[in-house]
Amino acid sequence: MNSAQTYNYDVVRKFAVMSVVWGIVGMLVGVIIAFLLVFPDMLEGIPYLSFGRLRPLHTNAVIFAFGGSALFATSYYIVQRTCHTPLFAPKLAAFTFWGWQLVIVLAAITLPLGFTSSKEYAELEWPIDILITIVWVSYAIVFFGTIMMRKVKHIYVANWFFGAYIITIAMLHIVNNLEIPITWTKSYSIYSGVQDAMIQWWYGHNAVGFFLTAAFLGMMYYFIPKQVGRPVYSYRLSVVHFWALVFTYIWAGPHHLMYTALPDWTQSLGMVLSLILLAPSWGGMINGIMTLSGAWEKLRDDPILKFLVVSVSFYGMSTFEGPMMAIKTVNALSHYTDWTIGHVHSGALGWVGMVSMGSLYYLIPRLYNTTMYSMKLINIHFWTATIGVVLYITSMWISGIMQGLMWRAVNSDGTLTYSFVESVQAMHPFYFVRGVGGAVFLFGMLIMAYNVYKTIAQGKAYNAPVVAPAH
Amino acid sequence: MSDFTHPIIGWLIAIVTILSILFCFWLIFANNIKKVEGEIKPTGHVWDEDLEEFDNPLPRWWYYMFLFTLVFGVIYLALYPGLGAYKGLFGWTQINQYEKESATYDAKYSQLYSAYAATPIQELAKNTDAMKSGERIFASYCTVCHGSDARGGIGFPNLTDDNWLWGGSPEQIKTSIMTGRTANMPARGGLPLTDDEVENVAEYVMSLAGRDVDKTASELGKQVYGKICLACHLPTGTGNQALGAANLTDSVWLYGSARSAIIETIKNGRVGVMPAHGDFLGEDKVHLLSAYVYSLSH
Repeated sequence: MNSAQTYNYDVVRKFAVMSVVWGIVGMLVGVIIAFLLVFPDMLEGIPYLSFGRLRPLHTNAVIFAFGGSALFATSYYIVQRTCHTPLFAPKLAAFTFWGWQLVIVLAAITLPLGFTSSKEYAELEWPIDILITIVWVSYAIVFFGTIMMRKVKHIYVANWFFGAYIITIAMLHIVNNLEIPITWTKSYSIYSGVQDAMIQWWYGHNAVGFFLTAAFLGMMYYFIPKQVGRPVYSYRLSVVHFWALVFTYIWAGPHHLMYTALPDWTQSLGMVLSLILLAPSWGGMINGIMTLSGAWEKLRDDPILKFLVVSVSFYGMSTFEGPMMAIKTVNALSHYTDWTIGHVHSGALGWVGMVSMGSLYYLIPRLYNTTMYSMKLINIHFWTATIGVVLYITSMWISGIMQGLMWRAVNSDGTLTYSFVESVQAMHPFYFVRGVGGAVFLFGMLIMAYNVYKTIAQGKAYNAPVVAPAH
Repeated sequence: MSDFTHPIIGWLIAIVTILSILFCFWLIFANNIKKVEGEIKPTGHVWDEDLEEFDNPLPRWWYYMFLFTLVFGVIYLALYPGLGAYKGLFGWTQINQYEKESATYDAKYSQLYSAYAATPIQELAKNTDAMKSGERIFASYCTVCHGSDARGGIGFPNLTDDNWLWGGSPEQIKTSIMTGRTANMPARGGLPLTDDEVENVAEYVMSLAGRDVDKTASELGKQVYGKICLACHLPTGTGNQALGAANLTDSVWLYGSARSAIIETIKNGRVGVMPAHGDFLGEDKVHLLSAYVYSLSH
């Protein structure tokens, strides 16, 4: 064992800090567009700041910039430490950082300018798509290279999930973005009509399934047992739910296209496999929460653990809600309403946001060889975030179900009880509450940024020595 | 890319689906140990100093939930289309669901509307119950363009006044809603008019409505009008309801009354479209809707 050998924390640090920065940017844009729906004239009709251009900026920023940076940071950290070896190809790892940041900056420029391929969560135009592909393949080389160099026989469960996410996202990104360039800034999808829609939602739902679920489960599988200081609840359960999850998630896309031009059989398949997905999803929740069994008292005064455990609870809630919404009858009510927005955000804010925050609070002091500047501020952040999520999702549930019911309400003469605009009017107060919820959540992120800044200021960049395998 | 829906793809996916579901069954059966005697110990694998794993059995409730969803899935796929070209025992399709629901709706309400349809429009316009229904249909289908108050907007006619592009008689209103209307004002009257000529015509058109204009330009515009515009708008400027050509002598300006708006209309032309509603509302409802629109100005 070479005692001078250290883990590569440099790239982890960069991604971790940028995750906080992009979190603020992405959520700020989200809050702006939330209030734009309450006060449509707020931005005076400036085209670069119109809803249609800022909305993809918001989704790309929170998913790929905030979430993506958090995943790069944690997966690089976890894979080194659980393989007991420094990152493979450190220069390539550094390239993934600069390449990914370039992608984000290009997105922040091109989307407000109106350049878009018009596919949800895949709006970026073809030159950026190619850059993403190059960065992603580099990421795969670094990650799997590190796995190959591992000093222990068994691969830790977190790495299974990261591995599945890296492979699947590469496939999804490339297949969905097959397009014919017309100019440097415009391309058209090679698919047309309902095939295009199906490929898009195969991509769209698995962006949720593999980017926002599988990968963040990887995060959960490391930071929860570490923070609790207890073994993972069940290895057997992790095997079963991992394989079942990756097998069934990939089929769930058609539930976005219920009662459309999509063939009936494809719709049914999407519904059935979305339902079967419930148990595999909950396997992760059980393993996360039950790892605490015997150490529940730690939840009382450890705000980092609160973040992690509450995030897993939101995960369980969203992954129950999702299969229910995939049932044709339920979908007929929920589709095209704010219920969908509420569902997505209970996953995005409650699960992805909070598990990332908890993980970053664990991670950042260790990257600077210090402790968090203020545990009290973490606790305040936790409550701020929780209140924000609850305001957001409850307002969208009420608004969404109300919308769905208003659209289908029929009078005794068979006419519709409400015109469309009346349903819009009824949503107005809930849009305001949603905006407030988002703003509260964003405020928590600012508290985090201050706390992280103070932590970094009191610490010093540090690369821990590689730990020898246990046996 | 139409080969995506080729039947072979459907069967291929059906086979993969069945194999996937069987795989899930195998996964939980193969890992179904019920109870472990004695204390549960970690597996012995250790990572990163202290990361360990217990090997607790699958929670029973979770195991049965998983099993239930799998069995449900199999039954569902037997009853509903989901495996390639297999139609399912229920013979369900989204089209026949729609047709069934439509038939139920028609059976319930069509009598009401056919009774209304038997009443002449002028008379129906005085029936309070009918007008309540008419108002709701209007709110669902017409307000997007004509506004909740039916007063229209730029490019969308006001339905509450006595000014009609295609005629305000009950029959004309009904035809407008049933089959739709397309009004076509060609750019520069369909001829290569110069910008000066366009502006002169604009002056003349404004003079027709009794507005203050530049006399010289208006005189020049009158000559152009006399050659081109009168074909649709008539020498008097009173328009032609058979073509949807607007009356230029009144104070109603569908695309704006400003001089610049009138010039824009002449320069670039206008296409006013009222979509046909007969196909999806059916004649009975259109009849009622016509009565409601008629009632707005009577």
